[in-house]
Amino acid sequence: MHSSSSSPAVAPSHSARSAHAARHGVWADRLFAGAARGSALLTLALLLGILLSLVVGAWPAITQYGLSFLWRSVWDPVQGEFGGLVMIYGTLMTSVIALLIAVPVSFGIALFLTELSPAWLKRPLGTAIELLAAVPSIVYGMWGLMVFGPILARYVQRPLQSAFSGLPYLGALVSGPPVGIGILAAGIILAIMIIPFIASVMRDVFEVTPALLKESAYGLGSTTWEVVWKVVLPYTKTGVLGGVMLGLGRALGETMAVTFVIGNMNQLNSISVFEAANSITSALANEFAEAGEGLHQASLIYLGLVLFFITFVVLALSKVLLNRLKKSEGART
Amino acid sequence: MSSRNMNPTQAQGNTQRQARFAARKRWNTLALSLSLAAMVFGVFWLVWILWETIHLGIGGLNWALLTQMTPPPDEAGGLANALFGSALMVTVATFVGTPIGIMAGVYLAEYAPRGWLAETTRFVNDILLSAPSIVIGLFVYTLVVARMKSFSGLAGSLALALLVIPVVIRTTENMLSLVPAGLREAAYALGAPKWKVISRITLKAARAGVITGVLLAVARISGETAPLLFTALNNQFWNADLSKPMASLPVMIFKFAMSPYENWQQLAWAAVFLITVAVLALNILARVLARQK
Repeated sequence: MHSSSSSPAVAPSHSARSAHAARHGVWADRLFAGAARGSALLTLALLLGILLSLVVGAWPAITQYGLSFLWRSVWDPVQGEFGGLVMIYGTLMTSVIALLIAVPVSFGIALFLTELSPAWLKRPLGTAIELLAAVPSIVYGMWGLMVFGPILARYVQRPLQSAFSGLPYLGALVSGPPVGIGILAAGIILAIMIIPFIASVMRDVFEVTPALLKESAYGLGSTTWEVVWKVVLPYTKTGVLGGVMLGLGRALGETMAVTFVIGNMNQLNSISVFEAANSITSALANEFAEAGEGLHQASLIYLGLVLFFITFVVLALSKVLLNRLKKSEGART
Repeated sequence: MSSRNMNPTQAQGNTQRQARFAARKRWNTLALSLSLAAMVFGVFWLVWILWETIHLGIGGLNWALLTQMTPPPDEAGGLANALFGSALMVTVATFVGTPIGIMAGVYLAEYAPRGWLAETTRFVNDILLSAPSIVIGLFVYTLVVARMKSFSGLAGSLALALLVIPVVIRTTENMLSLVPAGLREAAYALGAPKWKVISRITLKAARAGVITGVLLAVARISGETAPLLFTALNNQFWNADLSKPMASLPVMIFKFAMSPYENWQQLAWAAVFLITVAVLALNILARVLARQK
C-alpha cells in the first residue's frame, strides 16, 4: 500500500518486479504441484508395474499350465515339470500355524497394555513389543536355525512324538525327523514376527473404545474380563479382524526367517508339521538366482505372482476393515 | 434388608449368586493371568533373541571385520566388502526414495487429501508398506537385471529405494496433517505461493516427524535380504562399481549361516550382531526424535 503510492518513478519497476515474481511463483507452484502429483502417481504406477512385470515374466508358465499350476504338486527343474502346490501349501500352512499362536497372544498383550498395565509400564512394554517388529527377518532366521530349532526338537518335538505315537491322526501330524526344522518351526517363528503387528493394531483399536461404554459396564458390576470380552471386543471387532489380516499378510510374504527354518524340501508326503517343506518365498529365495531363463524362471515368477495376489487381497481386506472401523467411529461420536 | 430376617429362598438365591460371582471372579483372574503371561511371552522372545545375538556375536567382533574381505571357507577374514556394499546401497536407496516419498506425502496431505488420486494412493501405499519384499526383488529383476543381463548394485539400490518410498509417504503425510492450519493460513495471508508455504513452513514444522520416517525407512532396508538376493546378488571382493554385483551384510549372513564352515558361521553371527544393533539403535533414535516433537 504505502510503497505503491509513494512515488510514480518507483511504481513501474516495482510492479514489473512483482509481476516477474508472480510469474516465477506460478511456474514454481506448477512445478512443485506437478512433482507432488507425479510422485503420488508413481506410487500407483509401482503397483501396476509390479503386477504387469510379474504377469509378463510368468507368461511362459501361465500359457503352459494355466490355473492347473496351482494344484500340480510336481516340481522338477531337471525334467522341466513345474507345479506350485507344495509351495502354496507350505506358505498357507505356516501362516495358519502362525495365526493360531499369534492371535490369542496378541489379544492378551493388547488386553494387558490397555486394561492392566500400570501407566508407567505402558510405554516401555509397548516399545519392546514394537521393537520385535524392527528386528530384521534375517536375524530371526539365523536365531531360528541355530538356537531355536535344536531346542524345539529336544523339548517339544520328541516329547510330542512319544506322547502321540500310535494315535491315528495326531501321530501322523507329528511324525518325521525331529530336527527342529520344518513347517512347525517356521510357523512358530512367523508367529513371533507377526505378534507385534497384530498386537499394536489391537491395542490401538481397544483404546478408541469410548470410555463411557466401558464405564457403564463396570458400573453394572462387570469384571475386567467381561468388559473386554463383551463390550470392547464386539465394539472393535472389525478393527481386530483388520489387525489379524495385516498379520496374515505379513506372514504370507515373510521370506528370510522361513527360508532358514522350513528345510527347503519340495515334498508333500505327509501331513506332519515336523516335515521339512518349502514355501513360495523360500523357493524364490533359494532357486531364483540360479534358475536359468525359461520355464523354471517363469514358474518361479508365477509363484511370485500368486503370492502377490494373495497378499494383496488379504492386505486390501485388512485396510477396508480398519477403514470401516474408523468411519463408524466418526459416525458415532 | 439385613441378613437376619431373610427367608430360606432368599438365602438360597444369595448363595447361588455368590457362587456365580465367585466363578466370574475366578474366570476374570484366569483371563488376566493369561494376559500377563502373553505379555511375558512377547517380551521373552525379544530378550532371548537379543541375548543370543550378543552372546554369539560379540565374540566375533574385531578390527579384521572392518579391514578384511570376506574369506573363503576356513580362512580368516572380515566383512569389509559387505559392510561397504550395504552402506553404499542403503545410502543410494535413501537418497532416491526419500524425495519421492516426501513429495507424494505432500500431495496426499496438502494438495487433494480427499481426491480420487489421494484416496487410491493412500490405499495402495498401505498395501505396498506390507507387501512381500521378495516380490519387489522380482519386479526389479525383470525391470533391470534381465535387461542389463547382469546383477548389479544399482538394481539392489533400486529395490531398496522402492521399499523406502511407502514408509516415507506414510510418515510424511501423518506428520504434515498434524501441522496446524493456522500456520498455513498465516503464510498464505502474507502472500506466499503454495510451494513456498509447503517447503518453508509446513515441511519445516513437520521436520522432526519426516526425519523419523526416513530413519525408520533406513532401519528397515538395512536388514532387508530378500529384495537383494537376485538384484545385487553377492560379491566376494571389494566392489564400488554399482553396475556390478555387490556384497551386502544380510545376503552375506544368509550365505554364511547356511554353510557348514565354522568360520563363516562365526562371521555371520558377528554380522547379525552388527545389523541388530544398528537397526535397533536407528529405531530407538527415531522414537526419541518423534517424542521430542
